[in-house]
Amino acid sequence: MSILVPGTDNPWKARIAFLAFAGGLLALPGLLGSPGDVRQWAEWLCYAMVAVGLDVAWGYGGMLALGQGLFFGLGAYAMGMHLSLEQVPDGSLPSFMSLYSDYTELPALWRPFQSFWASAAVAVLLPMVIAGLLGLLVFKRRIRGPFFAILTQATAVIFALVLIGNLKLTAGFNGLTGFTTIFGRNKYAPGTNRWLFQIAAVGLLVVLAVAMKVVRSRYGKLLVATRDSEDRVRFLGYDPALVKTVGFMIAAGMAGLAGAVAAPVFGIVSPGQFDYLPSILMVCWVAVGGRGTLWGAVLGALVVNWIRVTVSSSRPDDWLYLQGLLFVVVLAFMPGGVAGALRSWWAWLASAVAGRLGTRRTAMAPAVEPLGETA
Amino acid sequence: METTLSNLYIGVTLASILLLVGLGLTFTFGQMGVINMAHGEFIMAGAYVPYVLQTSVLSGARGGAVLVAFPLAFLVAGVMGLVLERVLLRRMYGRPLDTLLVTFGVSLMLQQAAKDLFSANNKDVVTPTYLRGQWDLFGVTLTHTRLFVLLVVVLTMVGVWVFMSRLAAGRRMRAVMQNRELAAVSGLPTSRVDATTFFLGSGLAGIAGVAVSLIGPIGTATGTAYILSAFLVVIVGGLGKLRGVVLAALLLGTLNAFVEHATSSTLGRAAVFAFVILFLQFRPNGIVSFRTRGLAV
Amino acid sequence: MAAGLILGACGGGDDDAATPAGDVSGEVTGDTVKVGVLQSLSGTMSISEVAVKNSELLAIKEINAAGGVLGKKIKPIVEDGESKPEVFAQKIEKLITSDKVAVVFGGWTSASRKAMKPVVEGANGLLFYPVQYEGLEVSPNIFYTGATTNQQIVPALDYMKEQGLTRVYLVGSDYVFPRTANKEIKAYAKANGLEILGEDYLQLGDTNVQGIVQKVLAAKPQVVFNTLNGDSNVSFFKELKAKGNTPDKIQTVSVSIAEEEVGGVGVDNLLGHLVAWNYYQTTGGEKNAKFVEAFKAEYGAEKNTADPIEAGYNSVYIWKAAVEKAGSFDVKKVTAAAGGLELDTPEGLLTVHPTNHHVFKTARIGKINAQGLIDEVWNSGKPVAPDPCLDTYTWAAGLATGEARAECDAAAKAAG
Repeated sequence: MSILVPGTDNPWKARIAFLAFAGGLLALPGLLGSPGDVRQWAEWLCYAMVAVGLDVAWGYGGMLALGQGLFFGLGAYAMGMHLSLEQVPDGSLPSFMSLYSDYTELPALWRPFQSFWASAAVAVLLPMVIAGLLGLLVFKRRIRGPFFAILTQATAVIFALVLIGNLKLTAGFNGLTGFTTIFGRNKYAPGTNRWLFQIAAVGLLVVLAVAMKVVRSRYGKLLVATRDSEDRVRFLGYDPALVKTVGFMIAAGMAGLAGAVAAPVFGIVSPGQFDYLPSILMVCWVAVGGRGTLWGAVLGALVVNWIRVTVSSSRPDDWLYLQGLLFVVVLAFMPGGVAGALRSWWAWLASAVAGRLGTRRTAMAPAVEPLGETA
Repeated sequence: METTLSNLYIGVTLASILLLVGLGLTFTFGQMGVINMAHGEFIMAGAYVPYVLQTSVLSGARGGAVLVAFPLAFLVAGVMGLVLERVLLRRMYGRPLDTLLVTFGVSLMLQQAAKDLFSANNKDVVTPTYLRGQWDLFGVTLTHTRLFVLLVVVLTMVGVWVFMSRLAAGRRMRAVMQNRELAAVSGLPTSRVDATTFFLGSGLAGIAGVAVSLIGPIGTATGTAYILSAFLVVIVGGLGKLRGVVLAALLLGTLNAFVEHATSSTLGRAAVFAFVILFLQFRPNGIVSFRTRGLAV
Repeated sequence: MAAGLILGACGGGDDDAATPAGDVSGEVTGDTVKVGVLQSLSGTMSISEVAVKNSELLAIKEINAAGGVLGKKIKPIVEDGESKPEVFAQKIEKLITSDKVAVVFGGWTSASRKAMKPVVEGANGLLFYPVQYEGLEVSPNIFYTGATTNQQIVPALDYMKEQGLTRVYLVGSDYVFPRTANKEIKAYAKANGLEILGEDYLQLGDTNVQGIVQKVLAAKPQVVFNTLNGDSNVSFFKELKAKGNTPDKIQTVSVSIAEEEVGGVGVDNLLGHLVAWNYYQTTGGEKNAKFVEAFKAEYGAEKNTADPIEAGYNSVYIWKAAVEKAGSFDVKKVTAAAGGLELDTPEGLLTVHPTNHHVFKTARIGKINAQGLIDEVWNSGKPVAPDPCLDTYTWAAGLATGEARAECDAAAKAAG
């Protein structure tokens, strides 16, 4: 059980941890000071949302989704289309379209995005629907493990190619940009970054809360069981394909929401952000932070990106080495990630202290359990 | 008619490239189940070999350099694969998804290493004089370089087939891959067989590298350009099935050529990827497969 | 439980929309003035952009050695755009709002420029963009020191027409620059009797060129107008050469192959093919001789200069001249002062357009030689006035629409 959330033995511990995290998160902009840093962190919080979703699919469900860029991108494009329309008077074409296409009126595909709520709904629901269809197709045929990984990777590639190939509708490789006003505010006015940070923070807290509920629910246990032994779950009368599809849909919805929040933060949505390479990196955040613990996923997204920004400007050539080395070391030698390592140190420390005090506290959390893989 | 012929020709030459980059994977992925994302960087390493030869020891014989490059690139990439297997992957058997991500990390480091060694600029391999020229056949221009690549593929295939079915080492490899426990109790050194398999699969990437250096750019991104398609070919073909991989490469190559001709290059590529996903709905085990329960990976 | 937390979080979420961000333009502390240098130092574009960063830093070093600007030394803050437009957007926001730089030099791809444009406009920053581009843009906060289409593509078309190369095939990478350029080329062709035989695009980085080459050859053009970028060029020219097409059979005119790229494509694949730029390493004049010498002394004898490298170098000097004329680092004052400036640069006498933020440039057609350098075979005689919306060309009527139209009109209006 301890594999789910650190200290789930006592639900109050998890709640207090969550509250402390929420408080810390909302106080963070005050500590950061510079608006550039606040903007930076807002972006990382969006990545953390994707990571939490991925962790549900991969850490708990054993599905290595290497194409989350597709869902992140769908969310980002949905909101990006809305923001593009916000820059121009009602009913007129977004600026790239009036420049690069011969459309005279808004294409049907774009019309729903005039409404904020429609855009937000599309951002979350469309990824879930697509993930649902894809999941049913793939899991019903018992395609899993590395095959699933490579197929999802292919979906991210298709997404990027379709965006690039339809310049007149999507602005192609350059992507949607020019969001100078976002939801009525000047994006570059003082305070807007802080506002965006708070939206992202609330988004992350929602995603985390949902994910914690999910993994602790009966369904969550079924998901973990499916990860560890799909056949036994099947023999017990459940349909593993359905279980996995739902997990994949949850991950997709969270990525979509993250994308919708990220679009105004980035100020640009372009195909390169959602191609298969960024998608693999998303998985690597979760791996580094520690799959199978939701806090680990958050930690991984924040830490890896923090290192990236710190190192890549001062020593761009060393960054690829460092990044590669980080993935290799963590995955080959500490599969529990940073969270797993912290937890086993903590357990070791606690038992050492307990030993010295002469008490017998054998009920401490065990060191990292080997994570099963459904290959 | 002429366009159909020329599309077929383009499809076949495209298939030859897919086949060449996928062939090594039938060993490492197909036989051993290891998804080696650094396979692309072994191709890259192979592609740099003729460049290095042409600009150093064999600068006087640039045509010969390309021929010498084949065995040398096989060794270079093979040894890289061997090191990777012995140092990292050996610890990770049974964790295919972790292996995928670890080798992705390795591929990032190899790309940066190539950038440090050769600079970020693309390098050029001078086409040997014996490969310059073309034949016109029924209105289709067959270039000597592409035909040469085709020849390399055929020779490599023959070599692989002979090894797998005629040589003791190849039979040992198949034995270990099909039933590791049984092979082990029969006294086969499974760990050494693993190493050999990985060496061969990676070495084939080196050969592919030399071939693609004749037709495309040689740079730090050379491997990334081919890696995903290579995996798809192997999956569609059916794991470790030589016949299946040939068919899959031909299928995807011609599909790409025809869709591209009808629409655009970008959509042609998207169509191939979408086709693969749909195809696996109907044959989840690939074109050529054993009859098994579930998907044995 | 979760719902309560979320509400709590929302309640605490909206209190300080009015935190002052401080003065955003040109913070000058003591003896130094900070400037941003934002190029891709990693990723696919680093091939080209590292050299531009180098030339920008070279200019800064020279200026500092000569006493700086308005008595202050320039302190460059170098950032990596990672070849990703979203990183460009984020880094330039950081440079302007957090580091409070007086100016940013940077960008290469039109995607990176489009990503930075709303940021510099919204945060009132100043950007110098050093690469030829597709035109149809005039931002009040950007100076374009590379060519716009009427200084590169239109002269190249004039040259083709003059040489009787009228049967044209268009090949390009699948993004905005080639698509916009080809739209303009088609309009030109219609009015000038060129025949466009076909138009095809490859995804950036795609090396599967056989289909396109087959289509090109089937159409039997005299000339291919090539707007391919990056790796696709390598495969394209190799395939063209392998099929026996030397420039005497099919000529090509490329607008994205400079000295830097020739080595990677292979000199023997490019020998005799044409390119269109505004500067080559071989361009004459004492100023250029000095620039090439200084560049090689700083970064190695094997490093070549090229058009965007030179434009990056010029950008720093243009900014310095504008600051000195304005007597201030303030973005508005510097922008106003830049119009009409004249400088002696490696490409010759350079004039900043009084209103549209572009520079006058001499168009030069070059031929790739056996050393991998480019020899000029034709030039426009005098600097061509920049015309980003192509308003002086009757055939181009209606090309500049929407935002581009509004921007060009605003610039023209400022001229009075």
